[in-house]
Amino acid sequence: MRMPTTITATKDARPLAERVAHVADIAARYAGEVDAAARFPAEAVDAMRTTGLLGASLPTALGGEGLTLGELGSIAAKLGAACSSTGMVFAMHHSQVLSLSRHLGGSASLAILAGRIASEQLLLASATTELGIGGDVRSSSCFVDLEGDRVRLIKNAPVISYGSEADLVLVTARRNADSAPSDQVLVVCDAANLTLEATGGWDTLGLRGTASMGYKLNALVSADRVIPEAYEAISAETMLPVCHVLWASVWLGMARALVETSRQYVRSAARRSIGSVPPGATKLVDLIAELERFEALVDGLTARTESLFDDRDALGGIGYQVSINNLKVTASELVAQVAVAALAITGISGYRNDGQYSVARIFRDAQGAALMVHNDRIIANTARLILVQKG
Amino acid sequence: MSAVDTVRRVLDTHAKLKTSAAALTEDDDLYAAGMTSHASVNVMLAVEDAFDIEFPDELLTKTTFCSIRSISSAVEGLLEAAA
Repeated sequence: MRMPTTITATKDARPLAERVAHVADIAARYAGEVDAAARFPAEAVDAMRTTGLLGASLPTALGGEGLTLGELGSIAAKLGAACSSTGMVFAMHHSQVLSLSRHLGGSASLAILAGRIASEQLLLASATTELGIGGDVRSSSCFVDLEGDRVRLIKNAPVISYGSEADLVLVTARRNADSAPSDQVLVVCDAANLTLEATGGWDTLGLRGTASMGYKLNALVSADRVIPEAYEAISAETMLPVCHVLWASVWLGMARALVETSRQYVRSAARRSIGSVPPGATKLVDLIAELERFEALVDGLTARTESLFDDRDALGGIGYQVSINNLKVTASELVAQVAVAALAITGISGYRNDGQYSVARIFRDAQGAALMVHNDRIIANTARLILVQKG
Repeated sequence: MSAVDTVRRVLDTHAKLKTSAAALTEDDDLYAAGMTSHASVNVMLAVEDAFDIEFPDELLTKTTFCSIRSISSAVEGLLEAAA
């Protein structure tokens, strides 16, 4: 185990809203460059570190700020409006933080590790998909191989978002060499104890800053880094609910940014033709109505998840699982639709990559929402769930 | 040209006042002088255009557009904030 490092960062004492605004400013400043170069939003993530945002979802007992899911969602939306990739990194990071901190299972060493996320502002990534298993994250081929008091983990992961930037990578694997593909555990690996051999780049239509490259991962970590609780429970009670709520929040933030640009465009058209209502204005009415439906959807599922967050049976129940799956599918469709509508309103000004009314970058980012964990797969999982759901 | 003069010019073009804006004092009620709420939208857009500013939501109220003085001071506030 790595020795605790000296903490040099002083605690940022500003109120949360100011710290978030600061990070959002930096994210917005570099969003174009991050997109153009398809590179990790390092400046914005550094700003999350210096403002303490990377540990904010941890309970105060572990050195965090104990933010609620609603508060995290509101931050995710603000960052997503500024830079989609930054918002997604924030969302993915905190879904991993909570997947650890809510499932410590009484392990002292995992609790110490979780505390380091706040004290050292560690960035967490996840390696859940694997080559050769058909994209099903609830199935693994690689396994935890005991070597004395340590475990070896070798995984060929087609995607580890910002893997080479992360301080900790949470890896799914079969419990041991004899376990069934679905008998998975989650292993927390320090960057210092793993090697990542890149197997592919990340040159995509949108979300170009998430650096979601493929890697051959080889880790040798202390055996107490295996979270004792089954991944099945972690996935149902934390990973899926938090991912879907925070992703949907990022997409909502992107949609708000698109609507704001559309509104500014229509206002400027109105100034040029005072006395007549510009054609984009009626489309903008529809778009605002769609945004309101989007807001209501995200607010509703965020509140429902918060109210159930300590009720593990309810979170694992079919009724909730169907709803939280549908949130991902519907929210990803809505952000793509909002992007299409915003482009129709802003016209060639929106289509341009430059200029104050460009919606091009967010338009491209928005098309990724339905594809990252493909909606078809989620709908197929939901279809299996409702076959056994009782009225 | 001062902000007040520009506002008067915008009002003459868009506010559909019963009199010339020059005949109004800075504190006269523009709605009483004949400006409809529909016309006030055009005034708002024309003022934005004239000063190259955009009114934030919190200033888009009836009181902001009720007199020459209220419009001018809102404009001056926005120009100062932008400077």
